[in-house]
Amino acid sequence: MKTKYSSLFTLPYLLWSLIFIIVPMGLVVVFAFTTDSGQFTLDYVSQVGEYTNVLVRSVWLAAIATVICLVIGYPLAFIMSRMPGFQQQTMLMLIMLPMWMNFLLRTYAWMTILEKNGLLNKLLGFIGLGPFDMINTQGAVVLGMVYNYLPFMILPLYSIMTKIDSRTIEAAQDLGANTKNVFLRIVIPMSLPGISTGITMVFVPSVSTFIISRMLGGGGNLLIGDLIDLQFLGNAYNPHLGSAISLVLMVLILLCMSLLNQFNGDEEREGMLL
Amino acid sequence: MKWLSKTYIWVIMLFLYAPIGVLIFFSFNQSKSRSNFTGFTLDWYTRLFHNDLILQSLLNTLIVALVSSVIATVIGTAAAVGLNSMKKWKKSLIMNITYLPIVNPEIVIGVSFMLLFVLAQGLLGRINLGFEFGYGTLILAHVTFNLPYVILNVLPKMRQMDKYVYEAALDLGCPPVKAFFRVVLPEIMPGILSGFLMAFTYSLDDFVISYFVSGASSQTLPITIYSMTRRKVSPEINAISAIIFVVVLLVLLLVNFHGAHKERVSRREGGLA
Amino acid sequence: MKRLICLALAVLLLILFAVPAFADESVEVTDESYYTKFQGQNLSISVYNWGEYISDGSDDTVDVNAAFEKLTGIKVLYTTFATNEELYAKIKSGGASYDIIIPSDYMVARMINEELIQPLDFANIPNARFLDEEYLYTDFDPEGAYSVPYTWGTVGIIYNTQYVDEEDTHSWDLLWDERYMGEILMFSNPRDSFAIALKRLGYSMNSTSEEQLRDACESLKDQKPLVQAYVMDEIFDKMEGEEAMIAPYYAGDAIIMADENPNLAFSIPDEGTNRFIDSICIPANAKQKEAAEMYINFLCEPQIAAANIDFIGYSTPNLAAYELLDEDMRQNSIAYPDQTVLQNTEAFVFLPAGISTLMDKLWTEILSNDESYSKWTIPAFLLVGIFFSIAINVRRMVQKKKESLL
Repeated sequence: MKTKYSSLFTLPYLLWSLIFIIVPMGLVVVFAFTTDSGQFTLDYVSQVGEYTNVLVRSVWLAAIATVICLVIGYPLAFIMSRMPGFQQQTMLMLIMLPMWMNFLLRTYAWMTILEKNGLLNKLLGFIGLGPFDMINTQGAVVLGMVYNYLPFMILPLYSIMTKIDSRTIEAAQDLGANTKNVFLRIVIPMSLPGISTGITMVFVPSVSTFIISRMLGGGGNLLIGDLIDLQFLGNAYNPHLGSAISLVLMVLILLCMSLLNQFNGDEEREGMLL
Repeated sequence: MKWLSKTYIWVIMLFLYAPIGVLIFFSFNQSKSRSNFTGFTLDWYTRLFHNDLILQSLLNTLIVALVSSVIATVIGTAAAVGLNSMKKWKKSLIMNITYLPIVNPEIVIGVSFMLLFVLAQGLLGRINLGFEFGYGTLILAHVTFNLPYVILNVLPKMRQMDKYVYEAALDLGCPPVKAFFRVVLPEIMPGILSGFLMAFTYSLDDFVISYFVSGASSQTLPITIYSMTRRKVSPEINAISAIIFVVVLLVLLLVNFHGAHKERVSRREGGLA
Repeated sequence: MKRLICLALAVLLLILFAVPAFADESVEVTDESYYTKFQGQNLSISVYNWGEYISDGSDDTVDVNAAFEKLTGIKVLYTTFATNEELYAKIKSGGASYDIIIPSDYMVARMINEELIQPLDFANIPNARFLDEEYLYTDFDPEGAYSVPYTWGTVGIIYNTQYVDEEDTHSWDLLWDERYMGEILMFSNPRDSFAIALKRLGYSMNSTSEEQLRDACESLKDQKPLVQAYVMDEIFDKMEGEEAMIAPYYAGDAIIMADENPNLAFSIPDEGTNRFIDSICIPANAKQKEAAEMYINFLCEPQIAAANIDFIGYSTPNLAAYELLDEDMRQNSIAYPDQTVLQNTEAFVFLPAGISTLMDKLWTEILSNDESYSKWTIPAFLLVGIFFSIAINVRRMVQKKKESLL
């Protein structure tokens, strides 16, 4: 299909991404460094420093949620990948099904479970425990993140593990490797790219969420996302500061991803960022 | 070992489905309480269907999702066709731009769209081309975040395609346009379809970006749900959850059975041959 | 696959159309001919109101918007917000255009000051004659040119009588009482929260002194460990379901909540409190000004105003509507407290830009305050990250070179 004009087909797309991807991103940068009257300033960017505790909290909670997702998701993905075909399909569907439901509803569901007079406390009450304060805590926020983004961890892990040939594992076993060694030397190294994709796909939405913290965190546990929302559609209307915070968030995420990509090895990286 | 992994799966499934089950269960609750079940009723469902706000936003959601995913599919497919024959460095540059909306946090995309549209509103307003936030802004934003999914679905199909088939068609005197529609398009159709479906579902479900670009007259369902969660609780929310869950379940089941059926048919044919 | 999509769409469409049209609302109005002006022109107005702030037809009440649509042929696009500040951000950013908004007193003042709302043409709002002049000409809109009062009320403490001693409820100190740690809810908007903190410290809730605001901010920070959540309308659910025991909120909502859960009571602290007025305004960039004025007029119809007041529980500035209310509602001391209580209230006034920005900033600080870190933490983190990234790449390059030399 190498005709002279075929690259013309990409023109509408290029134009579109110029106007709706590059320009808006540029605007965020411009807004972060200018005042209302259009003068250059570093005020807003340096103001972000005042919210360091919010940034640190967001990264910290997101990191915990990511680690939990990895710990829960890894064994599941492995078990799934060793199942017979039809069961694999069913499992895949079962894991994707909740993802298709609106995440607001899913988070709302946890509100009803974690409440002081909620179901979990009632159940615990039957066996003489509690009641515990579960909602409106940081733990609830982490739980919300894990619940919402767990499938994002499982799916890439699963798809990379289906590519690990069972014969490789059998061969290792035949050569005398024990279970621990099989995992440490074969399964984990071979699934590294899946791990790093999974971590990105859980970490990025977790660190930037603003609904989960509002619904499950009680409004007193602001995260970066809440901070940005407050500057654009909330109490403290200030798009310049909001842009500066968004910029910091973007840089933070790009950096985390580039660090992560270092562990990806030199495999084909066509088009992958950084 | 086997029972261990079985229990493990069950525990995770419980974790994934318990909240949804609870939501659905309480949609049949007579009282408004979220934790005391007082009796069975279908009231909340009838109320839901008499709630204009919800029905209107459902319609809005469908319109936006359909229009934006169709536009994204057309532009994205064209882009993928063009990209396939590009030089390597050019291609990887464009692919990097394509990944931007996927890796960027949703809230940053939403905010950047809001800045763009407010600015455009000011500029265009000056030459009397003013517009409001509404369907237009929603669709523009949705197309943008849908495009990468279409491209990423079509591009692999383009790569797999045997390019000599197209050339053969040309050699046999078929005009390029006709050859494209007759030869190339059918070949990459599965990619286009799955790209379209993915775009459609992402669009249906999107909250964060829509939240920043929707206007007075164009609230989508997720935005309406959000404002419902911030008010007095009404089990209508549970009723919506139940309906969405059932619809999604049906669609997935159909897709799966369809797929399984096709697989079986092809296997049988393979066996016969 | 194609069939599948068709099927899904068909199901959805079926759901949409299976729904019968549901608008059989007729109401009595003072001058029916006035409302026929835009009949058949297919106009629509967008209304941006507080959540739970209009009679919506649930539980056999009047569906006000449907009644208006039926009477005038003007379609109402109705959406809601949760705080004045949220409303302000939406209007200020200019993204969406609304025809009707219902801000509170101080926000009306701020919007007049920033020319975000426009003067009304009272010739189109004849029903304004039903309004109590005390609420029509106010400090925030002295000439009564920009706003028409919708409701008024006071702020007080809602508490659960099963757990909280009535004795304690006469002071705002209750919200700082450590015995109720984790049982307290607080406003999630800066103006109301600061008003309480300022009043408790003996200052005016309209204080423009930076020092007093910082005092209030400190005391709100002290309060934070005791607070279960910062909420607005989520409060209904949490108080009725006994998730929390104490919350400051608006008097009218207390009446509604007490209807649902008889354990709930309302008290106005002795230090004094805020008396607010929520007013109907038309934004400067409204598309359908006249139709919007018709809507305002409709909301001032005694029948409609009474239906709304019945639904939302707030106090009405509409004298004719007041006469239509039930006897026990008119005598309700929560909605219509006696003069001695009202004398001890303060209305919010417009704060200079610098002060309200400071308040917003302090508020964000309160919500985000927990631990404190050096402001260099993030830049340092970024630098370390970049350093690692470079180091790994350099090492890899060196290794590659070595390999190629071998």
